[in-house]
Amino acid sequence: MSLLAPGVLWLGLFFLVPLLLMLGASVMHRGVYGGVEAGLTLEHYRRFLDPLYLQVLWRTIWWAALATLICLLLGLPLAWVIARSRYKNLLLFLVVLPFWTSFLVRTFAIIFLLRDTGLVNSLLLRLGLVSEPLTLLYTPFAVLLGLVYGFLPFMVLPIFASLEKLDPALLEAAEMLGARPSAQFFRVTLPLARPGVIAGCLLVFVPALGSFITSDLLGGAKQVMIGNLVQNQFTSARNWPFGSAASFVLVGVVLAAVVLSLRLRDRDQAEGSR
Amino acid sequence: MPIAQFLRVSKTFHAVRAVQDVSFDIRRGEFFSLLGPSGCGKTTTLRLLAGLEAPDPGGQIFISGERAEAKRPYQRRLGMVFQNYALFPHLSVERNVAFGLERHRVPAAEIPGRVARALELVRLYPAEFARRRPAELSGGQRQRVALARALVLEPDMLLLDEPLGAIDLKLRKTMQLELRQLNKSLGITFVYVTHDQDEALTMSDRIAVMDRGCVVQIGTPAEIYERPRTAFVATFIGESNLIKTDGGTVVAVRPEWADLSPRGTVSPGRNALDGMVDEVIYTGEMIRVMIALDRPTVRPSDSPHRFTVALRNSGQLTRPLSWSPGDLVSVSWRPEDARLLEDG
Repeated sequence: MSLLAPGVLWLGLFFLVPLLLMLGASVMHRGVYGGVEAGLTLEHYRRFLDPLYLQVLWRTIWWAALATLICLLLGLPLAWVIARSRYKNLLLFLVVLPFWTSFLVRTFAIIFLLRDTGLVNSLLLRLGLVSEPLTLLYTPFAVLLGLVYGFLPFMVLPIFASLEKLDPALLEAAEMLGARPSAQFFRVTLPLARPGVIAGCLLVFVPALGSFITSDLLGGAKQVMIGNLVQNQFTSARNWPFGSAASFVLVGVVLAAVVLSLRLRDRDQAEGSR
Repeated sequence: MPIAQFLRVSKTFHAVRAVQDVSFDIRRGEFFSLLGPSGCGKTTTLRLLAGLEAPDPGGQIFISGERAEAKRPYQRRLGMVFQNYALFPHLSVERNVAFGLERHRVPAAEIPGRVARALELVRLYPAEFARRRPAELSGGQRQRVALARALVLEPDMLLLDEPLGAIDLKLRKTMQLELRQLNKSLGITFVYVTHDQDEALTMSDRIAVMDRGCVVQIGTPAEIYERPRTAFVATFIGESNLIKTDGGTVVAVRPEWADLSPRGTVSPGRNALDGMVDEVIYTGEMIRVMIALDRPTVRPSDSPHRFTVALRNSGQLTRPLSWSPGDLVSVSWRPEDARLLEDG
């Protein structure tokens, strides 16, 4: 039990207490010069129902979901190849290599790639594929690219972990029993990789929901995500109660995602016996 | 027509010859064992038959008279029981057994009945086991599920890769008997890989003994045990005293076919060597008397003086053996019980 104490203390002090403070702030009045004033109200949550903010919320969920899906489509085959490769350690090293630099620096690197005079456009111009630069930066495409690039390792690593444990004899057994490669994948590999897939989706979806650097730098002012909204309320707008309320809407979405993933995992446990 | 035929089959992995120029037939309905120490190529041979490995160019494998190389594993009408069973951990027992039926597009209405019959065949009662996951079964039960999963497709041949290796001795004896009975009652050819010579002798109709990628001898258990062709077979299956004759050839004498007598009192017509009793070991069924020979005439080279005689134990408390360490003795055997080895 005493081993738990430092962790509990740390989380209590730096996670739970601030969270409760924000929950409190989200139902109190806004101070005239920023900050919070006494009195309970739900006006900040009500304000969030404005189509303007709902649109931000939907966009956030949609982009996070799309980024998760793309990460899954890229990460699953990648994890499969790595798990079967002789150069497993090298490939894993390459997957986590981007973590050696700051997220901010990597996002700036994408700007250099995508801007009108960037590498992609100059290459396309040089090859004569386009006559004038494509608008790549400050588009939803750029934001998605940034999200996928930033979170792909979180998808690859848990899937790799579950695929690595998969006994190759299971696939041979499936083949002896008449399973073509596609059936081997969908009936054996994928179900056994499912805990990794679910974990990977959660690990990508949740931070993607809360990201604001990517949308800020790659999306421009038009492509606001809920993270930008929260950041803005706490900084320039100095509306802490509304920022807190927006944060808790986000917490609600995250909780829903976690509950869904737990449900999926439990269903896994039950499914095989049908 | 043999159900399976290997003609000059080799298999090379990264310049290592796992199987070298192997030829043999497997007869329809027989219990055929591939026996040898680990790394002898027996599992690779089985995997070649299964189609999980492709033979090197030049070799040919026939199944029921047809070239097997062009056929995918599931087109060969084979069932396979893997070394660690390879049950699908995410599926229940019944879904594991149904897996092959579903893949072969057996009508859904037929599946439950066939699954239940397969489980009953291996003595797993569907009511009790059908819905369990492999993790909730004992080793012996997993073994039975793996068998049912392979048998439910009614294969012509069942391939078993050391299936009893992970099971405790007592259960192993029961399973040996049951596998043998299944082979006889179903009429399915069994091809059984094992490194356990007792198991191979007990269960098989015929045994192919493998050593370093080659099949060194094929025959019935009695032929293998009583007429070993090489020193390897003579010492890997059972135990043998290897004796260099005056002519320079080597013969093998089984410990239980040699006898002891006081030195110089050998019956006429028997071959004999002189020595001294070194050790007497009680093993229950037999009494093993280790003799230190006077002259170094025996292989293996690490104990060239050692000769083992196994005498039937007729009761040490009632009729004790008269031999004790230090006795001067002659070991002898009938000439026809000594087997001339080809690689002497």
